Amino acid sequence: MSSETSHTHAEGEAHEETMTRSKIWIVFFVLLGITVIEFIIALYMVPKGMLTYHSANPIYIILTLAKAFFIVAYFMHLKFEKVAMIYTLVVPILFIIGLILVLTNESHHWFSVWGR
Amino acid sequence: MANTAVSQLDEVKTTPWAGGKSPFNVEYGKLMMWFFLLSDAFTFSSLLISYGALRFSSNAWPAADKIFQSVPGVVDAGYPLVFVGIMTFILIMSSVTMVLAVEAGHRDSKKEVAWWMVATVIGGFMFLGCQALEWNHLHHEGFWWGSIPDAEKLKEFFTEGGIVSGAYTQQFANLFFTITGFHGFHVFSGVIINIVILINTLAGTYQKRGSYLMVEKVGLYWHFVDLVWVFVFTFFYLV
Repeated sequence: MSSETSHTHAEGEAHEETMTRSKIWIVFFVLLGITVIEFIIALYMVPKGMLTYHSANPIYIILTLAKAFFIVAYFMHLKFEKVAMIYTLVVPILFIIGLILVLTNESHHWFSVWGR
Repeated sequence: MANTAVSQLDEVKTTPWAGGKSPFNVEYGKLMMWFFLLSDAFTFSSLLISYGALRFSSNAWPAADKIFQSVPGVVDAGYPLVFVGIMTFILIMSSVTMVLAVEAGHRDSKKEVAWWMVATVIGGFMFLGCQALEWNHLHHEGFWWGSIPDAEKLKEFFTEGGIVSGAYTQQFANLFFTITGFHGFHVFSGVIINIVILINTLAGTYQKRGSYLMVEKVGLYWHFVDLVWVFVFTFFYLV
């Protein structure tokens, strides 16, 4: 049993060592950098015609999901939790994806009825 | 973890799910905060997905860089996205001060936790102030729940030569105030909770308890508010 306790203790310590002050600032600069890229696309690349309005949108969404990952994984510390807990919290997000698919499909129908 | 007295018989099973300990190695309240945030994520998703569906079904939608191009109190037009950029920066910054408070809590440094909480509360108030200015500006332009600017002014908010739709501008206004309002209400609640945590920290409650876990739980909520803003920012201001 003593090996078990020391194991848990060591894990507890590792748990606290996962977010140091320098790592926090690295994540901050990543988030800031992604936001700056979004602004460059919105204020420079799209107006100059380097990207069309429609091709910029998927890029915005990918960058947003990247920011969401960094916030949840590092600031909310989820990356360092037990794998079972990560799945418990991430898998239900499939329902949100389901709603997105259903409602985008539905909205195309609405468009065909009222949108023209 | 709780040092439950384990009998010899139980040594047979020591896997995380064998019972007698928390399989996630997470305190009850923290786990419940996570589940609350998951449910809140569903609420915000439904709002944002409804917005997306209405926008997809429209033949014309007001252009974000034409609606949001003022910096209230400084310049009235011509600077699209600058003000919301400032707001985004404030919220990310206050998220950082929150993690720093959590980090200081791990080191049991009461003074540092208190200072970082003060910074987080200030960040929250700054964001709310900006939100108020933004709402005030749009309200003066004629946007509100159930009201939009007159037909002549509406043309300014659509791409030149395109279709101008009053009906969809109204949808935009309703959704904008509902979603940013719901988010702003979360920020407001977060600021109040952060103040409570700050008072408790200063009173030494967590020092006596021997753990700053409450700071961590409230931190989760505060990061979630930042997370929602990341999505609101993309879908209202960029896309």
